[in-house]
Amino acid sequence: MIQLSKSAYLSLRQHGEETYPHECCGVLLGRFDDIGLKTVSRVARCGNTREDSPHNRYSIDPRDLIRIQREGRERGEEIVGFYHSHPDHPAQWSSTDLAEAHWFGCSYVITSVEKGKAVLTNSFELTGTGEADKKFVDENTDVL
Amino acid sequence: MPQIQIPSPLRQYSGKQASVDVPGNTVGEALAGLVSRHPDLKRHLYADDGKLRAFVNVYVNDEDMRYLQKEATELKDGDTISIVPSIAGGR
Repeated sequence: MIQLSKSAYLSLRQHGEETYPHECCGVLLGRFDDIGLKTVSRVARCGNTREDSPHNRYSIDPRDLIRIQREGRERGEEIVGFYHSHPDHPAQWSSTDLAEAHWFGCSYVITSVEKGKAVLTNSFELTGTGEADKKFVDENTDVL
Repeated sequence: MPQIQIPSPLRQYSGKQASVDVPGNTVGEALAGLVSRHPDLKRHLYADDGKLRAFVNVYVNDEDMRYLQKEATELKDGDTISIVPSIAGGR
């Protein structure tokens, strides 16, 4: 299960509206607890490096992640997941989303943005022991 | 001694440590030392052919080692190696 602060939830959805018709992307920061609950207190917006195909692809620069991770550590936060948007497409993971997902135990939050307006936001946890058996599992999302 | 930052999905294989100090004069030596100390990390970082998996990015401070001397990149005291699995996707 993932809990998002209201400001984090609104921020990631707004990001998708701002970048429409391109995909937005960013990092979810917060904490893991001992029973598998993730709490997101803050989001960190990133640029989409897939300038060749931003309407249906995203990629986060690893240097952004290193910086965000360092800043998060200073604030007592961890990376608990990532978010991106699907312009005029369902808030469901695609085969590309799964193929490119490698952060096991983290949440991948997807927002459908239709005609410039954020509609549905869903979350999926990447589970498995490695590339051969990885899969996304639907995750309950709670907005505080 | 260089420090290697371990991303959260791999910490279960590094004794839950977020960073590991490993001796090494080069990136290759440091990574070899890391997987020697934590053998369960190896299959997550390396493919069967012994090469780093394509989605595993390795940075020395803020530089991608692919644009330096790759595994032969020399390290100095205080250097930080960051292992950063790619984050990408799309509809």
